[in-house]
Amino acid sequence: MSRVGDRARLEARVAKKSFRTASGQSVLVLADLSFALEEGETGALIGPSGCGKSTLMRILAGLDRDFDGSVHRPEQGRVGMVFQEPRLLPWRSVEDNVRLAAPHASEAEIASLFDALGLSEHRTHFPGELSIGLARRAALARAFAVRPTLLLLDEPFVSLDAPLARQLQRDLAKLVESRRMITVLVTHDVDEAIALADRIFVLSARPAHVTGEIRVKGPRAVLSGEERGAVAARIEALRTAG
Amino acid sequence: MALRIISFLTLICLWQVAAHFGNPRLLPGPMAVFTTMKAEAASGALFAALGITLARVAAAFLLAMAAGSAIGYAMGRSALFDRAADPWIIVLLNLPALVIIVLAYIWVGLNEAAAIGAVALNKLPVTVVTIREGVRALDTRLDEMALVFGFSPVKRLTHVVAPQLAPYFAAATRGGLSLVWKIVLVVELMGRPNGVGFEINTAFQLFDVPLLLAYALPFTAIMLIIETLMVQPLERHVSRWRPRAA
Repeated sequence: MSRVGDRARLEARVAKKSFRTASGQSVLVLADLSFALEEGETGALIGPSGCGKSTLMRILAGLDRDFDGSVHRPEQGRVGMVFQEPRLLPWRSVEDNVRLAAPHASEAEIASLFDALGLSEHRTHFPGELSIGLARRAALARAFAVRPTLLLLDEPFVSLDAPLARQLQRDLAKLVESRRMITVLVTHDVDEAIALADRIFVLSARPAHVTGEIRVKGPRAVLSGEERGAVAARIEALRTAG
Repeated sequence: MALRIISFLTLICLWQVAAHFGNPRLLPGPMAVFTTMKAEAASGALFAALGITLARVAAAFLLAMAAGSAIGYAMGRSALFDRAADPWIIVLLNLPALVIIVLAYIWVGLNEAAAIGAVALNKLPVTVVTIREGVRALDTRLDEMALVFGFSPVKRLTHVVAPQLAPYFAAATRGGLSLVWKIVLVVELMGRPNGVGFEINTAFQLFDVPLLLAYALPFTAIMLIIETLMVQPLERHVSRWRPRAA
């Protein structure tokens, strides 16, 4: 491993992360969870709902520092994040939302991003005027516009209807392909994970740890139905074992 | 709008009718008041009084809004500061305006600083409480978004925090303006040698109701115009992104 490679690496080791509930009890959410991704790779985190995936994402984003362990993010990196909800500023237009997050993005870059995500006609709209699908695209555009070295996607397509989710997955795959960055995708959709990820990490129920890692051969390439089925079966096996 | 005008004209008509049947010394008709108003305007006294009173309203209002917003913001953000300052705010909220004014005149003296300070101090706790409520309602999810995307503090304030506080700020402005101009008249009545409040005191001592109304009504009208032409449009502007104005 070269030093340059090390610098661009994402490595998370969470020995222990617990929450204090309102009644004062301490709940262990993550325990001995570790994984790593190299530059240019996409990793998918799959696990049962409520297992602490979003907590892990907050730790990766640097929003939560109250845990035992360490996270090594790519150096000099910008972080782009798509939260479960779009989290756009309702009082700013779609374009302003993107420009505020990415002040250095050129007009051409923003135009091509909006074009790729089908947002060109909605530049001047306020988020309240968008459908949830369009709002999610705007959130994706914002995350990409910052040219992140680390892109965090927390169930970006949840609650969208299936055809729209598939289309956004394809758009996302194209954008991820065109950049050298590390992408972490949280999902509970096995097909989505297979379609987008180079590595799939299967998480156990709470307290979550990685029960297994699967490499998807030929990153984001078109897999045959059989290969897909094989990966899905391995994920399933790990989930039931975990 | 048409309904408002009809309602207003009805009030004037009722006034005319009441004046017709009542004692003209106690309740002069609209025309009598208007004649007195014209005379006061011609001598320049009306405008001088209105000018000085408006200046006091503006000074006290700006002082209370600036200090109140800063304190309210700090109390909303820091639980420690909130607990420390809360009893003071409660005392100030429940202290009668008259007590604050009298004490200000006794302690600071019969001067402009005491007058404006006393008015601002009356308005301050209301602003603090309103802005604190707004800060407590701030969306932490947007704060996190700003943090992840590396917004600078100035950017966070202008694009994330200020738009969320705007409705609270507008409410504080609206309620504050009406509170301040009412108290300014009391302050002028008790310890200033000029202004609308002083003129009203003079009219009171002469039992001159037309004179009293000749000063009170134009001043009320000006405050109404400020409210309609400045405060309400501002409120609409800051909430234009909402599907429907709140």
